[in-house]
Amino acid sequence: MSSTLVGSSVAGDPGSLQRTKPRYGEKVIKGILVMAAGVSVLTTFGIVLSILIPSIEFFSEVPIQDFLFGTEWTPLFADGEFGVVPLVTGTLVITGIAIVIAIPFGLGAAVYLSEFASPRVRKTVKPTLEVLAGIPTVVFGFFALEFLTQVVLVKIWPDIDIFNALSAGLIMGVMIIPTIASLSEDAMSAVPSGMRDGSYALGSSKRQTAMFVVIPAALSGIVAAFVLGISRAIGETMIVTIAAGLQPNLSFNPLEGMQTMTSYIAAAGSGDLSTGSIEYKSIFAVGLLLFIITFFMNTISIGLVRKFRQVYQ
Amino acid sequence: MSTDTELTDIVGGLQSKGTPVRDRIFMWALLVTLFIAISTLLVLIAYVTIKGWPRLDPKLWQNMPSIRRPENAGAQSAIMGTLWVISLTALFALPTGILAALYLEEFSHPDSKFQRFVEVNIQNLAAVPSIVYGILGLAVFARAMALGQTVITASLTLALLILPVLIISTREALRAVPRNIRDGSLALGATEWQTAWKQTLPAATPGIATGIILSLSRAIGEAAPLLLLGAVTFITFNPTGPLSGYTTLPIQIYNWTKDSREEFQILAAATIVLLLVILLLMNFTAIWIRNKTQKRW
Amino acid sequence: MTTPNQPGIRLAVSAPGMAEASILDSDIDKTEVFRLDDVTVRYGDYRAIRNVSLEVYKNEITAFIGPSGCGKSTLLRSFNRMNDLIPGARVEGTMTYHGTDLYGPKVDPIEVRRRIGMVFQKPNVFPKSIYDNIAYGPKVNGIKGKMDDLVEESLTKAALWDEVKDDLKKSAYALSGGQQQRLVIARCIAVRPEVILMDEPCASLDPIATAKIEDLMKELAVDYTIVIVTHNMQQAARVSDRTAFFTAEVDADEVRHGNLVEVGSTNAMFTNPRDPRTEDYISGRFG
Repeated sequence: MSSTLVGSSVAGDPGSLQRTKPRYGEKVIKGILVMAAGVSVLTTFGIVLSILIPSIEFFSEVPIQDFLFGTEWTPLFADGEFGVVPLVTGTLVITGIAIVIAIPFGLGAAVYLSEFASPRVRKTVKPTLEVLAGIPTVVFGFFALEFLTQVVLVKIWPDIDIFNALSAGLIMGVMIIPTIASLSEDAMSAVPSGMRDGSYALGSSKRQTAMFVVIPAALSGIVAAFVLGISRAIGETMIVTIAAGLQPNLSFNPLEGMQTMTSYIAAAGSGDLSTGSIEYKSIFAVGLLLFIITFFMNTISIGLVRKFRQVYQ
Repeated sequence: MSTDTELTDIVGGLQSKGTPVRDRIFMWALLVTLFIAISTLLVLIAYVTIKGWPRLDPKLWQNMPSIRRPENAGAQSAIMGTLWVISLTALFALPTGILAALYLEEFSHPDSKFQRFVEVNIQNLAAVPSIVYGILGLAVFARAMALGQTVITASLTLALLILPVLIISTREALRAVPRNIRDGSLALGATEWQTAWKQTLPAATPGIATGIILSLSRAIGEAAPLLLLGAVTFITFNPTGPLSGYTTLPIQIYNWTKDSREEFQILAAATIVLLLVILLLMNFTAIWIRNKTQKRW
Repeated sequence: MTTPNQPGIRLAVSAPGMAEASILDSDIDKTEVFRLDDVTVRYGDYRAIRNVSLEVYKNEITAFIGPSGCGKSTLLRSFNRMNDLIPGARVEGTMTYHGTDLYGPKVDPIEVRRRIGMVFQKPNVFPKSIYDNIAYGPKVNGIKGKMDDLVEESLTKAALWDEVKDDLKKSAYALSGGQQQRLVIARCIAVRPEVILMDEPCASLDPIATAKIEDLMKELAVDYTIVIVTHNMQQAARVSDRTAFFTAEVDADEVRHGNLVEVGSTNAMFTNPRDPRTEDYISGRFG
């Protein structure tokens, strides 16, 4: 049975366990990998710096309190006003409409998929929701303006503005349903089945189990989904740019057009502004506010998900 | 669905005290929410298809955009622009994303401070609004690096935009490869890199491919950051290289949507159909790969 | 199936290999491959297996037996430094391989793993062809020579060649569990190790496949040194020359951990155990 295979192994000094050849390649590769992972860190720094520097210049010309509390946003006037309040209220109105749609629908879909649907149904419905999530926002914007406003909403409110917050908000709600549904469903699926069994054993129905056991147990994960969905809505650009109009409007009437923080950035940024002008810098000031708000919400959401995972894993 | 009734049947003579009306209503309410979400999708697809139908002709991809003659206008420059931008985006994003995921999943110590920092950072970046990436591209690539409003500026920006999603999905695919494949390789005297490159990565290919397709399809449909990066300029030529001006399909749709003439609305709808067909094909491919390989281990 | 009160009779009937083992045991010129001196393996603060001292001799099959949770697999994984891959794992005490400290500062774990192969509990074939499963190890180790010959030789030694020689390009996943485990053994042989560590190699196999692997082990012991972890006493009795018996104990702080009870020739241990705990275990009184 003895053969060349074994021979060569024993021929070498079995006591020497040192490296036969230096592995410089491994070190180089590891360095490259660390650099690849570092790109994301650089991106964050890039975002913060590229927003912060022009913003600081902006706030040396426009006092920060005028920016935060001013109610006039007229950057293109000769003596422009830079009060961001109308953009913030525009964002809030549209986001508010969106979450009124997205939270019940997203959560309902999640409860159905997690607690009621058969595996076969789930296998069809989940990809459909993914397709919905994959629709480009420019397409949703077109649909909001052309179909929802001009075909549906005008019939209900004949004097509705062509550009209005309502249609943008409704379609944005549809857009974030998949986000909320899939993250909430993840959270509910992570609830141990023992908890459900315990509830069924006490004679509870599926509805009671879902409402009084599963949803409370998955609550922090579900809230994380809501927060992330809201953050998505605040940061969404194309739907509002196309369907809600580009007029800053300090109003809470959803039938009127209004501008949001994102649609201001998009509109001002797509013009050919010179680098040093105050209008150019105002893009970054609004961007800073947007970044701070969404960053804050994302951090809350990530923290909630982490907390949730610690409980169930 | 029928668990309640089955239960009462088994119990036999015990008639259910009051039918579970609330349970029925609850279930139907859930179904309706799902139905509305999905039917919105169907209405959207039907609407753009019907509206865009008259212009779903070869002129759509053979001709260039035109302001004066909408009946002959096409989206060729946008199609070619999308091809250019997405190819370069893939070129930048795929190696970076896959190598970063390999590092985080296979090499880095899971409790190290760098790892934790990078992870939180990536999760945050994944949720940063896309318009903010546009601001980054405008300030850094277009102006500070003086790349201008070109294909390469757009590609670099979109690459950074999809990187977090790409890293997260690649890591999930790597994590799904069983630990004992790695052990088997290492026990044969393979190095960590040999194990990662020759065993773990190939075994994770289907999952990684799914993630690549989905993140690239996101880049294809993305419009907001490109608004800041010069894509809105009226472009009637195909890009000639990375430093060429460009437009893309979503931006062309946006431009036509802004024009109130009905012909352009129809053209926008036709272009949306084209874009959706591309994206749905990519989506189905991804889902198909995933279903085909789901139960491998 | 065990008759607790008649261990001697049952073992004498079911372990024909033991006569040879006792002859080997009397051989005093055995070459020492591993020597463990007061070895403790810990994960962070948890000491999983404590104060083990034993020797492993060349061309013998050494079996580690004991109830689950006694740390025998953990100990086995420290022989080829697979524990290095688990964050927080540490080995204390000295563990030598042919007199060289396995955990010495200049020792390269990758070189260690090349010389000391390992077969796992679940057959972990790579998701590749049968041929590529074998060729992978030699390739990553830079072994030159005719790969086809090496593949054939390795598969022959693992008693698999005749069954797969026409299907070398087929996926290894198409093989049965027993074939997969022999493929893993062939894959291990192909990098020309001196030692093969086997971590419950038959745990997921049926009795027929198990018998094949056991036969194979005895053949391989001619050329290789084998250490096998098993929870199956009969298996240890059938195949091994020496046996180390471990128990799981609970210390004063109520922490469960593994201990070595005794080590010696398989024959002696099964017929005349020195420690009452060993006797209890092999007669089926616990574990």
